[in-house]
Amino acid sequence: MSAAEFWLLFVLLLDATLRVSTPLMLAAMAGLFSERSGVVDISLEGKMLGAAFAAGATAYATGSPWLGLAVAIAVSCFMGGLHAFATVTHRGDQMISGLAANMLAAGLTVTLGIAWFQQGGDTPPLPAEARFSPLNFPELAFLADIPLLGPYLAPVYTELLSGHNLLVYVALAAVPLTAWVLMRTRFGMRLRAVGEAPSAADTAGISVAAMRYQAQLIAGLLCGVAGCYLAIAHSANFVPHMTAGKGFIALAAMIFGKWRPKQAMYACLLFGFFEALAARLQGVEIAYIGQLPSNLITALPYILTVILLAGFIGKATAPAAIGTPYVKGR
Amino acid sequence: MLKKTIALALAVSGAAYAQEFKPAVVFDLGGKFDKSFNEGVWNGVKRFSEETGIEVLEYEVSSEAERKQAIERMVKRRGATAVLGIGFGQADALAEIAAANPDVQFGIIDVNWLDGANIKQYGFQEHEGSYLVGVAAAKASKTGKAGFVGGMDIPLIRRFACGYAQGFKDAGGSEVYVNMTGDTAAAWNNPTRGGELAQSQFDRGADVVFAAAGGTGVGVLQAAKDKGKLAIGVDSNQNHLHPGTMLTSMLKRVDVAAYNFFKEAQSGRVEGAVHTLGLKDEGVGWAVDEHNEDMVASFRADIDKARDDIIAGRIEVNDYFVLEGCPSY
Repeated sequence: MSAAEFWLLFVLLLDATLRVSTPLMLAAMAGLFSERSGVVDISLEGKMLGAAFAAGATAYATGSPWLGLAVAIAVSCFMGGLHAFATVTHRGDQMISGLAANMLAAGLTVTLGIAWFQQGGDTPPLPAEARFSPLNFPELAFLADIPLLGPYLAPVYTELLSGHNLLVYVALAAVPLTAWVLMRTRFGMRLRAVGEAPSAADTAGISVAAMRYQAQLIAGLLCGVAGCYLAIAHSANFVPHMTAGKGFIALAAMIFGKWRPKQAMYACLLFGFFEALAARLQGVEIAYIGQLPSNLITALPYILTVILLAGFIGKATAPAAIGTPYVKGR
Repeated sequence: MLKKTIALALAVSGAAYAQEFKPAVVFDLGGKFDKSFNEGVWNGVKRFSEETGIEVLEYEVSSEAERKQAIERMVKRRGATAVLGIGFGQADALAEIAAANPDVQFGIIDVNWLDGANIKQYGFQEHEGSYLVGVAAAKASKTGKAGFVGGMDIPLIRRFACGYAQGFKDAGGSEVYVNMTGDTAAAWNNPTRGGELAQSQFDRGADVVFAAAGGTGVGVLQAAKDKGKLAIGVDSNQNHLHPGTMLTSMLKRVDVAAYNFFKEAQSGRVEGAVHTLGLKDEGVGWAVDEHNEDMVASFRADIDKARDDIIAGRIEVNDYFVLEGCPSY
């Protein structure tokens, strides 16, 4: 295999990494907003699933991906609002409320899907114009013309930089945006204060409940985009249980990333990279080892992510007030 | 005298009960509209219902734990007299319930290893049909490389892969990339992962992909369409899903098996038997219809020849069940 061919395969691997990591990054950022405000959010999975169904059904009914996205966000925000209503207003257990949201989404999407479309819970396949289609940036095509490096930069342009759908770029933009909002704005600092020391924040005149509601709505927005990506950008229809644990992987990535946006993004990309790599390792002879059993290959992303992250990141400290409902005057 | 009357009455009512024919089907994971395996069965069931006017009770299992309960409920609570189980996953549960209910007729598709005088089993020579679509893939491929995306990693799916790879290489192809989606039943229902696996094969140069993966296959066929590559469907005729990029489908006539089972059960012939349906019984094959006849026109004769050679024994297709391995990939 020549160096150019190897380089192309490597770029394609990174390209796949990006596609697989997109929903993880969005959901991890959603988790960050929620947990930094002091509310545990295991309902990322359910919000994404509900949004995916909403996107698939709406895009099919209207033929517009934008309406699909809007309804997906609305559904996901509604679920986030319910979570806030149960855990902030009524001080319910955050784990139980999250679990309930997951179960509600898993059951309701299938039931509605069967009732509306009679295809075993699937939404009907979408035509290309009802999905988010790949974007291209011809202004970057000059990369291929650079002397010497051109042949190597050409695949970077065609495969890695362009050719993704809009939501992939949204996910990439969401990370620095989240970091900026959380770390650099007044809103972000108040949000973190509410998650670390709610009574102090309350004393300073910040409404704990309002901050936590807003955090849930932002989490809903991001999960809505993630679910929409799954159903009408990456795939062409909704399929029951299509999130397949991605919400929990995002949650784990966020914790591995010590509740910090950039580190959480790296964890998501790492997982996506191994997932993409695993697809390419099945049935391949590896020097000195031979052919790995496909069962091991399938488990590889999970094993490697845990080893790498557990071995290298050190102690993670959760927001101090996480998991406890705030009661005024205590 | 009284005793005799009661016994007679019981016998009469028993006979009347036995005469009432109540068919039932328990679908496999993936659901009856998976556009593939279960949907093939559903088409056979529908044809039976339309022809005879008899309603067939249905159940779609949504988890592995549900299977036994579902079959048992059909027999005990809903009074089914002929129950068709779909898929190898139901084999153990069905065998157990069949042994406990010798008066009820049972049928099962994709299974041929059970004992029981009241179980009719239908197996298919998947490797033979897969060989044919492998030949088609080789004829249509420009790169000489092809992909295979399987659902759960089990010998049955390896059997598809092996026949396909052999046909592909016999007809001049050079390399087949084989990917399995996972090790649990969730692998039948993960189209995003299926699409990514197909994409990884396209990245390595494959330009035809064969999906034998239940609901996961939907994502594989979609990925091929999005990238302008060719795809081969499985079980049901999936050519209509994406005309233009669907090369063909490897047919497994589960619809015929389902229809025949209910027809025979209705006429009251209870006999435990194993039916193995191959190319010569037209139990497997490849699909040509208005959606792909132009695409396959140039090599249709080659595939018909391969079919005749297999039936006549001139080509021996490797059977993963027998070899427990595959020399072709």
